[in-house]
Amino acid sequence: MRKAFARTLLGLAAKDDRILLLTADLGFMVWEAFVEKYPKRFFNVGVAEQNMIALATGLAESGFFPFTYSIATFAALRPYEFIRNGPIHHHLPVRVVGVGQGHEYGNAGPTHHGLEDVGVMRVQPGITIIAPADAEQVCTAVNATYDMPGPIYYRLGKNDSIAVPGLNGRFTLARAEVLREGDALLWVTMGSVTVEVAKAADLLARNGIPSTVLVVASLNPGPEAELADFAKRFPLVITVEAHYTVGGLGSLVSEVVAENGIGCRVIRRGISSMLSGVSGDQNYYDSLFGLTAQSLVELANQEL
Amino acid sequence: MKQTTILPGQLRRHILDQSKRANVGHIGSALSIVEIISVLYSRILRIPNPKDLTRDRFILSKGHAALTQYSAFYLMGWLSQETLNTYCGNGTLLGVHPDNALEGVDFSTGSLGHGLAYGAGSALAARLENSPRNVYVLISDAECNEGSLWETVMFAAHHQLSNLIAIVDENKQQALGRTKDILSLHPLADRWRAFGWDTVEADGHDTVELTRIITAFDKSSGPPHVLIAHTTFGKGVSFMEGRLEWHYLPMSDDQHRQALEDLGEGP
Repeated sequence: MRKAFARTLLGLAAKDDRILLLTADLGFMVWEAFVEKYPKRFFNVGVAEQNMIALATGLAESGFFPFTYSIATFAALRPYEFIRNGPIHHHLPVRVVGVGQGHEYGNAGPTHHGLEDVGVMRVQPGITIIAPADAEQVCTAVNATYDMPGPIYYRLGKNDSIAVPGLNGRFTLARAEVLREGDALLWVTMGSVTVEVAKAADLLARNGIPSTVLVVASLNPGPEAELADFAKRFPLVITVEAHYTVGGLGSLVSEVVAENGIGCRVIRRGISSMLSGVSGDQNYYDSLFGLTAQSLVELANQEL
Repeated sequence: MKQTTILPGQLRRHILDQSKRANVGHIGSALSIVEIISVLYSRILRIPNPKDLTRDRFILSKGHAALTQYSAFYLMGWLSQETLNTYCGNGTLLGVHPDNALEGVDFSTGSLGHGLAYGAGSALAARLENSPRNVYVLISDAECNEGSLWETVMFAAHHQLSNLIAIVDENKQQALGRTKDILSLHPLADRWRAFGWDTVEADGHDTVELTRIITAFDKSSGPPHVLIAHTTFGKGVSFMEGRLEWHYLPMSDDQHRQALEDLGEGP
């Protein structure tokens, strides 16, 4: 998704000279084309994320759309107070771009794992949160939102080769996208793990268990009304996210179900804790936390 | 552009009266920056009106001294006496720390270590737009404890943001004691200098000297500028000068009377 994001921003920069790009010294093989084309609109601020966000706040107050870029933990957590007091409080169009959904940075270890970025942003009412599921949805989502008022958090995946079959880049702010339809259960998912959910739904369908898959890329504003309408039609909802089960999509769905008095069960599949003393690649972690198509099929069979 | 002259004595009078009326503290920090605020609004800042996009920007990064800025707004004619009298009331725009919802406040502050970076972003924006506007940021000496401040110090020097002017209110006092006892900043000027800033020291209560130095900064090329303004916490009120408790305490009636007498003004 990183390269898709970079391509999209390059295209937007050509038609909107208010776009600036700031990075805290990350983006090798991502930003070269932008730097070459717009050297005066690119700033590597060094390894200094707090300064990056506050600089962007100052730039945005003068009318620019500064995009700030780093790995999700460094982009969202290190300068969190600066995001809160800067663009959120001042309602300025700073864009915080965090890369690495869940364990995508695998062997790099927990400092690089994006486990709670959506959660910490969701508690701030004044920031739009976009977490696309694949490269094509990145393009649509960024084109649709880049010049919205107020700040935006974009949660990007590392992998550019993921394509969610049937999603076709669909994105509408505050809406969910329907990916599969079936009446046995409802899956609600966000981010690149969507591709695993789609596979799980297809495997189940082949075994006579058709399910519905909703993809949520717009977390704030979220598709609350739509989620409620769907949840009412199913006895079982399973949320799937490469994120802590607290604070992210699972929490959003649970809030909607509880607040609307809907009688379905909600099972939140995601990351339960930050591991120490073990390391591995993304597949290793995803297997541990049951974020693969096979474990999702097992979960559905067990719970239905 | 017509310049209004704001006298330090006028600012002190409003600071004392409003602190007393609202029964709040932070008086010592407000008094130490009086001459700096007086010089900035009377002689330096080019603000045709607070909504003008081409105006110079000013960020009170040590937001806990906002009362000095509100008093200046009143004397500039941007704020009515009625509004000034809402300071620290319920539903007011005039809280202890400045909020940019109030016309004249360019950025909200209160949490230390933010303002210089807002200013650097604003100065960079001016450069990108080929605008001659300058950006002034008033920070506290204890704010130099914040690591984020030094991130910005490096950035501004690297990019030679000559239109960025920092003023350090070196009043030697912080929340729980003297800066030299809590986290030594010595040698403060040399530290800024070593980071590549054009660094000048001055008596922060000498309005002529402050005006001369800030006016003389080359704001069109070269490094960013910092003026280390040596000030006295609680300046002008005998029983507040250099006394930590005036970071917190409101005044009694007798103390308010005594403070006004120190200013040479009756109640």
